[in-house]
Amino acid sequence: MDLELLIDALVAGLLLGGFYGALSLGLAIAFGLLDVPHIAHPAFALLGAYGAVLMQGWFGLDPVLSGLILALPFYALGVAVYSFYHTTFERRGTDAGLRGLAFFFGVAFVAEVILILLFGIDQRGVRAPYIGRALVLGEFRLPWRMLVASGVALAIAGAMALWLSRTYVGRAVQAVAQDATALSLLGADPVRVKRIGFGIATASVALSGALLVVVGPVEPGLARIYIGKVFAIVVLAGLGSVGGTVLAALLLGVIESVMLSSPVASWTPAVAFGLLLAVLGLRPQGLFGR
Amino acid sequence: MRSWVRFAAGGLVVLLLAALAARWLANDYLFFAAFVVLQFVVLATAWNILGGYGGYVNFGTGAFVATGAYAAVALQKLADLPLPLLVLAGTAAGAVLGSALGLLTLRLRGIYFAIATLAITIILETVVLNWDYVGGARGITLDRPHEDPFFGTYNRMLVVLMAGMAVVAVGIARWVGVSAFGRALSAIRDSEDAAEACGVPTLRRKVQAATLSGAMMGAAGAPLPLYLSFVDHTAAFGLNYAVSAMAMPMIGGTGHWIGPVIGAVLLGTAQQAVTVTISSEVNVLITGLLLIGFVVAAPRGILGWLGR
Repeated sequence: MDLELLIDALVAGLLLGGFYGALSLGLAIAFGLLDVPHIAHPAFALLGAYGAVLMQGWFGLDPVLSGLILALPFYALGVAVYSFYHTTFERRGTDAGLRGLAFFFGVAFVAEVILILLFGIDQRGVRAPYIGRALVLGEFRLPWRMLVASGVALAIAGAMALWLSRTYVGRAVQAVAQDATALSLLGADPVRVKRIGFGIATASVALSGALLVVVGPVEPGLARIYIGKVFAIVVLAGLGSVGGTVLAALLLGVIESVMLSSPVASWTPAVAFGLLLAVLGLRPQGLFGR
Repeated sequence: MRSWVRFAAGGLVVLLLAALAARWLANDYLFFAAFVVLQFVVLATAWNILGGYGGYVNFGTGAFVATGAYAAVALQKLADLPLPLLVLAGTAAGAVLGSALGLLTLRLRGIYFAIATLAITIILETVVLNWDYVGGARGITLDRPHEDPFFGTYNRMLVVLMAGMAVVAVGIARWVGVSAFGRALSAIRDSEDAAEACGVPTLRRKVQAATLSGAMMGAAGAPLPLYLSFVDHTAAFGLNYAVSAMAMPMIGGTGHWIGPVIGAVLLGTAQQAVTVTISSEVNVLITGLLLIGFVVAAPRGILGWLGR
């Protein structure tokens, strides 16, 4: 592979990785900190993506703006899902883990089928001034849609890091991850903290879902591919760290992108899952684990 | 001992009925439906050995079915082996995948194991997509006999074969349920640390359970390409296998060998009816909703209603 192609792939990979980071942050909180086996996370992102498609069809809105607006109902959705999960599974104990997993798997599956029934299996996309054009810097062409996606992604990551470290609720979410009993002894209700945390995580999924359709057209089956990517990233990062999540996402983005421009491009879908298996088998605490 | 005699007699009756039906019933679609439902009896029973008894959720049923199916396809194309050897090869391939999965990931608990099974599915699907010998992305058409000297058509014979596999699978699950092996798995499900502390060799039992479960799924996958006389990655790796094989034990009840059978017969039949009368999308939607509904409202399944 010549050098120019490699640099091209590296840059594209970093942009792709930034977007992966946005998609994984919600899961880093929901699964990494709150310990909810949220297999349906990418399915929720896909709902956000289709939401952006609909909002453009109805009101002609920009997808990123739609994502911001959708964050509100998604927060409510997250609160509702967590409350339900808590009363039905978390409180029951013993084999709640198994059933909780089956529950989220079922939710992801049902979401996919509903999308198929509503939109068909064809790909859907959006229009925006930055889609289809590229920033030309000498030898390099950087597609604007990737620049926008990773820019917004970085903004999400920054906001998330600030929220977790500076605000009362954000710090409570980190505390609940460390020791829920101690938190309740201090007079804070761990369930309420987790509910808010899950709501925020789901709200961020609305925005990253909108980025999903900025990056490329979407189809109902897409969520399945992303399950591997987001869990690979979150596990690789070591559960729950924002910086680690972004780094792991950039790493995956670069690996995939370099592979896509190599002779073994058709093996790319297996990369994220292979990485995930390798991490699970060799270093379950992740690269940047606590 | 008496109960085993009764079970064997029941199994024989099922087989005899299947053979008689295959000999004299006319409607070919019924046979396809029966093939699918019987395949699901095997898959749900196999899933339940690891998932229901052991508490380890396997999202990768599709990977095991496809492993059995493609092992049969490759060997049939390579050497045109007779059917029993193809099924044996599928079983062996499923067992190898099961023990590999077990060794690699059963040190992981809960969600990590489940996600790893999902990962294996996608990786194997990518392998098949890149493996031209078995058709790659286009799929492969199989050259197999159409007639059978006793049952008329080859497909009818495959239905009887699948009925036999279902009886054997349920027999195995029944044995596991009452054996020391099954009790060790239940102990692992309830508390792995406590089981380990009581001297249960947890890792070995889990790998054994994964191997057994994988072998049964591989066996159920082997006749699939022969029945369809065509197979591609979407047919073999279908997500429907993963969801149904999990939904059926959950619906029937995971604690007892009859649970997956009840779930597979009820849900499998309903799926066939809905696919024909409405559409296959609605069919998978109903499967998903039933899975959620039972997991939420009836954690012990239909057996729970019956007080078992």
